[in-house]
Formats: sequence, C-alpha cells, structure tokens
Amino acid sequence: MTALTWVGVAVLGGTGAVLRLVVDEAVRARVPGPFPAGILVVNVVGAFLLGLLAGLAPDPDVALLLGTAFVGAYTTFSTWVLDVAVAASARLRALAVANVVVPLVAGLAAAALGRALGAAL
Amino acid sequence: MARIRVLAAVFAGGAAGTLLRAGLAEAVARDDPAAWPWATFAANLIGAFLLGWWATRLSRPGVDPRLRPLLTTGLCGGLTTFSTLQVELVGMLRADEWCVAAGYVAASVGLGVLAVLAGRRAAGARGVPR
Repeated sequence: MTALTWVGVAVLGGTGAVLRLVVDEAVRARVPGPFPAGILVVNVVGAFLLGLLAGLAPDPDVALLLGTAFVGAYTTFSTWVLDVAVAASARLRALAVANVVVPLVAGLAAAALGRALGAAL
Repeated sequence: MARIRVLAAVFAGGAAGTLLRAGLAEAVARDDPAAWPWATFAANLIGAFLLGWWATRLSRPGVDPRLRPLLTTGLCGGLTTFSTLQVELVGMLRADEWCVAAGYVAASVGLGVLAVLAGRRAAGARGVPR
C-alpha cells in the first residue's frame, strides 16, 4: 500500500460521492413521491457492482480502489437510515417499513447476482 | 449556490469520509466471512449519528451553505456504505452463517435508525424533521 494508493482512494471516494448525488437527483426528478427512489437505485446498483467485483476477486489494491473506495462511497447507509428514521418519526409506518424491506431484499439479490456473475466470468 | 461549488463540497467530503472508512477497513482486517464486520459496522453507525446531527444543525439559517453538502452528502455518505454491507451479508449466507447474517442486518438497521435519532436529538431537533 503506497501513498499513491491512498490518493487514489480519496479521489475515487470523492468521485463516487458526486456520482451518487447526480444519480439520486436524476432519478428523483423522474420518480416523484415520498419513497426515496434515487437512493434505492444508487444502493442497489452499487450492491450489484460490489458483488460483481467480489466474484471477480481482483488483487487487493484493485479491490480497495474500485470496491471499498469508489463503490463504497457511491452507496450510502446513513442517508438510507435517515430517510427511514424521518418516515418513522412522522408516523409514516408503511413508508418506513417499505424503505427497510425493499432496499434490503433488492440489495441482497443484486449483490448475490453480481457475485455469481463475477465468479462465472 | 453555484452547482460546481456543491459538487466540489460533496467531492471533498466524500474523499475524507472514504479515507476514514477505508483506513478503518484496512486496520481491522477480516478474512473469515462469518466474522463480525466491525469496520463497516462502526463506520455506518458513526456516519448515521453524524448525519442525524448535521442534517439538523446545518438546516438552520445563517449556516454556511457549503457545509451541508460537504458534511452530509459528502462526508457521511462517503463514510457509510450500503454495498459493502450487502456483500458482507452474501458472504455470511454463502458460509451458512444465517444467524450471524440476521444479527448483522438487524443490528445495522436497528442501531442505525437509533443512531440517526440520537444525533438529531443531540443537535436539538424537535417534532417532525425537515
């Protein structure tokens, strides 16, 4: 692990975060309503990509840069649970439950599919 | 605020959050897929608390408008991760560690929501947020 690797981690992490904002806004502009569809799309696509990378089993530096840094920063846990907490605080129980269950089921399926595909390549 | 400044703030915050999370992941090496993923678990819960705190504090008038994208979408978004959590769960299920997987997902989501609420409360939030 060199200093250059860590510069790469920072740059790819920052890029992943910017991409998350851009995709989230683009999806939300097309899918109105109370359900946070933008973060759902970001997180499920990211789970697929990280699963794919896990299946491909690249060398540790590539896994750190593309997986941990880029895809890891592209997806978010904090915004997800904030949206759940906000819905629960506002007594929007169905919305809160849906925003726990749908991302978990879709994310797990996407990660498993990506991993199987990556291992087969 | 100009679009480019928002994107620059998200980039800077995301880079910092990612460095913290990746540093934690490298420090707490984990080879056994059945082992508890402490690095991801800790990064996600700390990020959830901080997001609850900052989403409340930085929505007040008079706050520098660059701080919100820097610290919420950028830092908290970069520090926390959904994809790693899901891939870790797949690894646990492939190792037939169903109880560890169930415990990990329940603890992450349950304590994550509580961490957001604790952050909001610590920042003095009242009533329905946003």
